[in-house]
Amino acid sequence: MSAALVETVRNLTVVALVASGTFFLAVGTLGLLRLPNVYNRMHATSKPTTLGTAAVFLAGFVRFGPGGAGLASLIGIVFLFLTVPTGAHMISRAAQKTGVEFLVGVTWPGPGENERTRDDERDDGESDDPGEE
Amino acid sequence: MAGEALAAAAVDAALVVVAALCLLCGYRVVEGPTVPDRVVALDAIATNVVAIAVLFALKTGRGLYVTVSLVLAIIGFLSTVAVAKYITEGDIITRRE
Repeated sequence: MSAALVETVRNLTVVALVASGTFFLAVGTLGLLRLPNVYNRMHATSKPTTLGTAAVFLAGFVRFGPGGAGLASLIGIVFLFLTVPTGAHMISRAAQKTGVEFLVGVTWPGPGENERTRDDERDDGESDDPGEE
Repeated sequence: MAGEALAAAAVDAALVVVAALCLLCGYRVVEGPTVPDRVVALDAIATNVVAIAVLFALKTGRGLYVTVSLVLAIIGFLSTVAVAKYITEGDIITRRE
């Protein structure tokens, strides 16, 4: 009786985690399709995809238990939380360096244009005004 | 057991939905106006495929596919970083003199 109850609770938890993970993945893909800019799309895909895949990994942990494949699921969650923001940051940096424009009214964070020109000058020397600093 | 049948049905439905989401991301890969758009869409496809591998492990009950999903996550991250460096610097391994 008790083992059957534990099994039922485990199956219901797997159902809830898989459903929420699929929902978050769907939200991320809708944002990728509908938002107007590279930066908005990158923002929309990185966070919901992390949450959705982490929920699916948690479902794997609940299903397989604390050893073996369940431990691999926890490692997968940690790996996603480390690497997805890094990849998104590098993609947005590459987009900004190749000259993809921001939306109208969106400015670079920090004190004006100073931060961006200094960054360009230091990294690849393709700045338009090298005597800015 | 009712809970087991419900879990199997939920995992099957999630597999279908996530596969459809991969196809929808393919629209942005083909149609994206700039190169970083395509890279972001390919990254989203890679994360969806990671979720598909874990869902397949849940469906078949084989824990090996969780390891497969870890390898896919590593390959996706490495490809994203490599393409970002290629876009930014024009080369992947740059030499500073």
